Amino acid sequence: MYFLRRLVLTVPLLLLISLLAFGLLRLAPGGPFDRERKPASPEIERNLARKYHLDESFILQYLRYLGVGYERDADGRRHWFEGGLVRGDLGPSYRYRNHTVNDIIAAGLPVSMTLGCLAFCFALGVGLPLGFVTAVNRGRWPDYVGSLLAILCICIPGLVVAPLLVVGLAVKWRWFPVALWTSPWHAVLPTIALGLYFSGRIARLLREGMLNVMRSEFITTARAKGMGESAVLLKHGLRIAILPVVSYAGPLLADLLTGSFVIESVFQIPGIGVPMVNSSLNRDYTLVVGLVLLYAALLVGLNLVVDLVYRLLDRRVKYD
Amino acid sequence: MTDDLRSPNQRAWQRFRAHRPAMVGTWFLAVLVVAVLAWPVILRLVSHAGAGGRDFAALHDPDALSEAQFTPPGGAHWFGTDVHGRDLFSRVLYGAQISLLVGAVGAVVSLVIGVLWGAVAGYLGGWWDGWMMRVVDILYSLPSIIFVIVLITILEDKLKFVLAQMGATGMEKLARLLFLFVGLGAVSWLTMARIVRGQVLSLRNRAFVEASRALGAGHAHILARHILPNVLGVVIVYLTLTVPAIILYESFLSYLGLGIQPPMASWGSLIAEGAGQINSLKIYWWLLAFPGALLVTTLLALNFVGDGLRDAWDVRADK
Repeated sequence: MYFLRRLVLTVPLLLLISLLAFGLLRLAPGGPFDRERKPASPEIERNLARKYHLDESFILQYLRYLGVGYERDADGRRHWFEGGLVRGDLGPSYRYRNHTVNDIIAAGLPVSMTLGCLAFCFALGVGLPLGFVTAVNRGRWPDYVGSLLAILCICIPGLVVAPLLVVGLAVKWRWFPVALWTSPWHAVLPTIALGLYFSGRIARLLREGMLNVMRSEFITTARAKGMGESAVLLKHGLRIAILPVVSYAGPLLADLLTGSFVIESVFQIPGIGVPMVNSSLNRDYTLVVGLVLLYAALLVGLNLVVDLVYRLLDRRVKYD
Repeated sequence: MTDDLRSPNQRAWQRFRAHRPAMVGTWFLAVLVVAVLAWPVILRLVSHAGAGGRDFAALHDPDALSEAQFTPPGGAHWFGTDVHGRDLFSRVLYGAQISLLVGAVGAVVSLVIGVLWGAVAGYLGGWWDGWMMRVVDILYSLPSIIFVIVLITILEDKLKFVLAQMGATGMEKLARLLFLFVGLGAVSWLTMARIVRGQVLSLRNRAFVEASRALGAGHAHILARHILPNVLGVVIVYLTLTVPAIILYESFLSYLGLGIQPPMASWGSLIAEGAGQINSLKIYWWLLAFPGALLVTTLLALNFVGDGLRDAWDVRADK
């Protein structure tokens, strides 16, 4: 019931976000056609504005974007808006004139998602063992080394590590391709560059979670029953200790799946991270709103999944 | 057993001083700040001290173009030179000024917005709390990068107009810095607001607040004298963790070309310049390595200090 209500509430939330993004961009000065060859005659500008309905009122533009409403032609006949958000059509791109927003997302999203999933797996694959080992060896040298590694991962931003990986492993030693996205081999460096930061975050979250759990009473009980230490930690401890990681994983995945500007531009990867930034620089209104909506929908959806998983892992949690 | 007469704050400082990484971080930051502030002064002083001094100062002028392009690190240029033959050591230190300044001021902006928002929401409670926190939730689900870009372009346009009217044209570079402060502060206050709101919510109904209210204290008095002093610890801890986040954000924006305008530099713009020089013929590793290393060590130091403060005050700032 709770989840059903949340699912229903998603719709007005996304509408509100689309309205916000739509309005925010209209507030910003300049339009999508400002960088055309200048000086364009006022005629051309007016025609462009009319073609993309930029001359209409804000409300009408938004309704048209949603695809809700109608207009009357010269004879007074009603024409319902075609396309629009309600029909899953995110509209034409203002910058890439021959492409719709759906086209651009359809072309870039699979790439960004693939890279995002790989980086997510990398982050979990490095972060979880690191966090577990540091927590179990608390106060001994594996803890110090591991914790230092984890915090180092957090402090090396992608815009430092990505060019360094390129210079070192690709240009100098030629182990990996420098850029592009054509074979699995091309995915190695971007995956590491993208996932490194998050592996540090995950390691620290899991370490903290484990330390909290190991102090709790049910672990003492399990030990008292005579369970082996590793069984206690893995079967009882990890299940609860991983909860902070689970709730972090929602926003993390939403971030990773929608691409990263730095990684995509350093490695020349055709994802949607670069369009996300460029579109807001270019005032490509429909593309920005489309990408914002995509991100928001992913975030809301993933947070819902996180709450579901949370309940499966920790039966003490009750949602009302 | 003797009574511990020290206040909780004194004991927390004691714990902080015992936290070795935090102390190392503190010292590193102190040395860095001194170096960053002193280097321009040193250059100025040395330039007045004879011909040798003048040469030294000219060699290390961060903005002076020269023929010595892409000199590897060595005796004359400790960090080498960049594409325009400028001394990288000086540029990294001048860049540090901007990066640290933006980090500190941006964090303070986010602190002011976040604490006010969170404290008011938590203190008023009920309907107000619900709506103010919904606003935070909605802002959370917007990609902050788009928000910053749009915010900076809006501000830029408005300010250009104002400056043109006033006839002050030389101010654009300073204005860019101001936008970074405001823009970065404006997207980084959300978590602070959540944390403060949670704290205030739990403080609001404590006995000592009730007592103050019963004695006739007004809302402003209660907030200023009872609530805010008690959330101070949490706020300071989270503030030290916000500074590296904002430094990182600034370097990202400068990497995009939206941050600091050349010839001014920040660590982000220096790294962007270095990354722009990657080619398969010649590797100018120092252009990336030195700004990058300084950025990473600073972030590391700030995180160490933040961890130390958090442990010392025993605050859970994560979520």
